[in-house]
Amino acid sequence: MAEAKHPEDDEDGVQIDLISAERMDGKTTMEKIRMILDGVRDNNIVILEAGLTPDEESRLIEVTMTEISPDEFNGIEIETYPKSKADDSSLLGRLMGKEETKKLTVIGPANQIETLHKDETLISALVSRK
Amino acid sequence: MGLFAELRQSISDVTASLFSGEADEPKRIGIYGPPNAGKTTLANRIARDWTGDAIGPESHVPHETRRARRKENVEIERDGRTVSIDIVDTPGVTTKVDYEEFLDHDMEKDDAVRRSREATEGVAEAMHWLREDVDGVIYVLDSTEDPFTQVNTMLIGIIESQDLPVLILANKIDLEDSSVQRIRNAFPQHETTELSALEGDNMDEVYDQIAEYFG
Repeated sequence: MAEAKHPEDDEDGVQIDLISAERMDGKTTMEKIRMILDGVRDNNIVILEAGLTPDEESRLIEVTMTEISPDEFNGIEIETYPKSKADDSSLLGRLMGKEETKKLTVIGPANQIETLHKDETLISALVSRK
Repeated sequence: MGLFAELRQSISDVTASLFSGEADEPKRIGIYGPPNAGKTTLANRIARDWTGDAIGPESHVPHETRRARRKENVEIERDGRTVSIDIVDTPGVTTKVDYEEFLDHDMEKDDAVRRSREATEGVAEAMHWLREDVDGVIYVLDSTEDPFTQVNTMLIGIIESQDLPVLILANKIDLEDSSVQRIRNAFPQHETTELSALEGDNMDEVYDQIAEYFG
């Protein structure tokens, strides 16, 4: 976030923004996407406590594509835990409000973050300075 | 057009849609998957088998398909009945596009930049089709690659959230490194059918599945 940023951060390390579910609550899809992409385009790593819904993920991909620009922004790397086999994803389950979308999500600039390992309980990523 | 003429047209449109037997209209089936999974090879295989025409050019260079292409009224005959579908071959979905990737394929920088721009537009278009305009999905995966990628996880999640019927195809089984089981393990909630779209291996079962899922 701009208010938490110090000028020297750009040279000394990588800024990580951990965004709470509470901060995302009540935001529209586009406000969430803007918050994520603004952070990523400042070369920050954005970690969402509650993740995005499938529809929001779909729109994030679409908006990311419109912002890719040669030599400037190559897109994003995004990682969430894969869906657990035990998840109740049936239509009835979702109608009953059982759908579990709250999955910790890590998003960063494609040229700065590389996933080393991912399984249902662990995401291991290598983050580099630009 | 005058007000009454407009009104008459609207009534006529509504009546037509009520009595046109919309349930019998071909379902639009989107062929989705990551870049280089063999989506266009499959689309061409299906189109050639049932209409005699191809849909678009195939290539080993990623993002060869940069516009969604539709082949209408593909009639697939199974067990004495005909299933009619529109095939939509979509650009491979990704979250990143780097033009430098294309420089490795003997491309000049200008061509690579243009191709990457078209590729990003194509991915955005594919996502839009998925949200608005398809009735079912054939999800194609390269069975020599790790299926546990974020793009696959997200896309399958998006498809499931829209309650679209999805048929997962494990392509390229003619290659030595192919592992269909790896795909079955990654998406146990869906049935996976193996094939080689290039060689035409196991296409009979693929057509049986298409008829069952989308007929």
